[in-house]
Amino acid sequence: MTNMNYAQHEHHDFLNASAEALADPTLQKALVRLTDTLMAGNRKGYAALADSSDLRDHAKRIKEHTLAHLDEYLVQLEMSVHKLGGKVHWAATAEEARKIVVAIAQAAKCRHAVKSKSMTSEEIHLNPALEKAGVEVTETDFGEYIIQVAGERPSHLVAPAVHHTRESVARVLSQHLGETLSDDPKALAMVGRRVLREKFRRADLGITGANFAVAETGTIVLVTNEGNGRLTTTVPRVHVAIMGIEKVIPRFNDLPVFLKLLARAATGQTLSVYTTIITGPRQPGEVDGPEEFHLVLLDNGRSKVLATPFRESLQCIRCGACLNACPVYRRIGGHAYGGVYSGPIGSILTPLFDSVAENPHLPHVSSLCGACQAACPVKINIPHMLIGLRELQHAHKPSRLERWAYQLWSMVLCRPRLYHWAIWAARVILGRRAKAGWIDQMPGPGAEWTKIRDFPAPAAMPFRERWKELS
Amino acid sequence: MITCLGDTFFPDVGVATVKLLRRLGVTVDFPQAQTCCGQPHFNSGYHDEARTLAKHTMEAFAKSPLIVTPSGSCAAMVKLEYPELFHDDPPWHAHAVAFAKRTHELSDFLINVLKIDDVGAHFDGKVTYHMACHLRGLGLVNEPIRLIQKVRGLQYVPLERHDECCGFGGSFAVRYPQISGAMVTDKTAFIEKAAVDAVVATDAGCLMNIGGCLNRNGSKVRILHLAELLAQQ
Repeated sequence: MTNMNYAQHEHHDFLNASAEALADPTLQKALVRLTDTLMAGNRKGYAALADSSDLRDHAKRIKEHTLAHLDEYLVQLEMSVHKLGGKVHWAATAEEARKIVVAIAQAAKCRHAVKSKSMTSEEIHLNPALEKAGVEVTETDFGEYIIQVAGERPSHLVAPAVHHTRESVARVLSQHLGETLSDDPKALAMVGRRVLREKFRRADLGITGANFAVAETGTIVLVTNEGNGRLTTTVPRVHVAIMGIEKVIPRFNDLPVFLKLLARAATGQTLSVYTTIITGPRQPGEVDGPEEFHLVLLDNGRSKVLATPFRESLQCIRCGACLNACPVYRRIGGHAYGGVYSGPIGSILTPLFDSVAENPHLPHVSSLCGACQAACPVKINIPHMLIGLRELQHAHKPSRLERWAYQLWSMVLCRPRLYHWAIWAARVILGRRAKAGWIDQMPGPGAEWTKIRDFPAPAAMPFRERWKELS
Repeated sequence: MITCLGDTFFPDVGVATVKLLRRLGVTVDFPQAQTCCGQPHFNSGYHDEARTLAKHTMEAFAKSPLIVTPSGSCAAMVKLEYPELFHDDPPWHAHAVAFAKRTHELSDFLINVLKIDDVGAHFDGKVTYHMACHLRGLGLVNEPIRLIQKVRGLQYVPLERHDECCGFGGSFAVRYPQISGAMVTDKTAFIEKAAVDAVVATDAGCLMNIGGCLNRNGSKVRILHLAELLAQQ
């Protein structure tokens, strides 16, 4: 397949997608700039908190506790929302969730939807379903708006259009709006403001995700930097919030722990510019807010993960810190991963939510360097989960030859004399290829290594022989 | 503990480690039964084989009161993964926990056990330092730099993005040579930019990868294991 636009497709050829990303100088520049800026923010953000490590542990414990009692907290959340006059909908799959949102729009006769950024709505591919039902959908986060116009998928959890430059943004928007726009970032932002304000004015349906939902109070919390979350939840007469079931937190008092961490982990901000806290639809006597409030609770594979060793991945608060820290994401960007969620956490969530068998590369696309875990606000042990998925892959689709090779290798390693002999054999075989201690062309799987760099020749005398002269 | 890569490819590192430790008054032994800690198997998801090798390794060192290894990655395997590998096997789990406590990466042993940061080494030249990823896991962020900065005659040049992975990652380097290659190419570019005589690291994997790339590019920068640097007088 040539000239495939990986920004627009899922389930593709990872090797081609990553090779194209590596060969795209504009993307490379954008990735380095973004990840450098955000990682510097992450480090500064944690450093500014005297107790950041303890706070992260605390946040992790809240998540652990919530996930262990998820059934109870979800029911409590449903009751709290219901008491406020809102409706809660349970969606087992992406398809169910799409049908629910379309039905809400149709029942309320909504024709114009505005959305604030929501990865969960991306996960269920909501926009095409609404458009098919005759509802115009406009993304109102500027980055999301750009990729919506371009017909692409987000390439980062919090910076969805990171793969674009100001030149390409000007090009995409000029074409869409039928006018010639300058590539000055400020001017482009003003164009976005002009277009989106008009969309807000006409909107009768507001769709959001939820960064957090408080079981105790039925409160939905949105964090944005553009204020579009606030407009989306106050202007239209109907508000639908879609959240993965793992986003619930028990108490309102738990919220500050996460708010203190989320923006710091994501960008280094103390708080995001807007924190929108919504508790139910418009109440009698209130001047704004929607007439109807719906909360869609999405499972889509999450409850299945809950009962596995991968439960920890459900602690993710979608800050994107692991993407910014990851030396692999930094080089191949988000689209190469092929799913809605990219980077290290995406390499876990995509196989788990989608299919382990159909995403064979993702668990392996990591040097297990651990930078992700170090940056994670809830210290998710991402390397461990990637290794766990590799183990799971062997059960799903065993490679007999590979298993046999690892078994043989461990058998040799348990017999020191045989191992000693194997080193000797390797030296004899590889020694002929060596020049001044290095080999520039390896046989077998090692050939992949020597495409890029030389391989060390086995030493003339291994340490176990040198030990004799030392003792 | 020298383990497989050091034994096969970098025996000088083992020799330097022994000389350094002896110079500091430590009695050193090398149990000949040791081979590999099992990390390659563990990382590739072959946990049964990893357990077999973990047992073999623990048995090989059964009589050693303290285990020092010039390898952050083997130390991390032992200290962070062994106990968890045996989480549902109480007798071996107890062994693994005790074994993990007795095992130290070289810079950890020097700084946190012997409480020495000046080992009396001498090196004429400019040196930069690449932090191996497993030292992040072990929390050994400053130890090697403290040791390097005490070496007489040495001029320490900090490396840009010193804690970013060099792209080794075991099977990762072979599965995704282009991505791994982009990582090591950036790493060696930063090393060249530092304009040093040698780059120091604590792990055989990093040395293979960075050294292999430097050699391919015809660089004059030497690779040195921390033990080799500290053993020089």
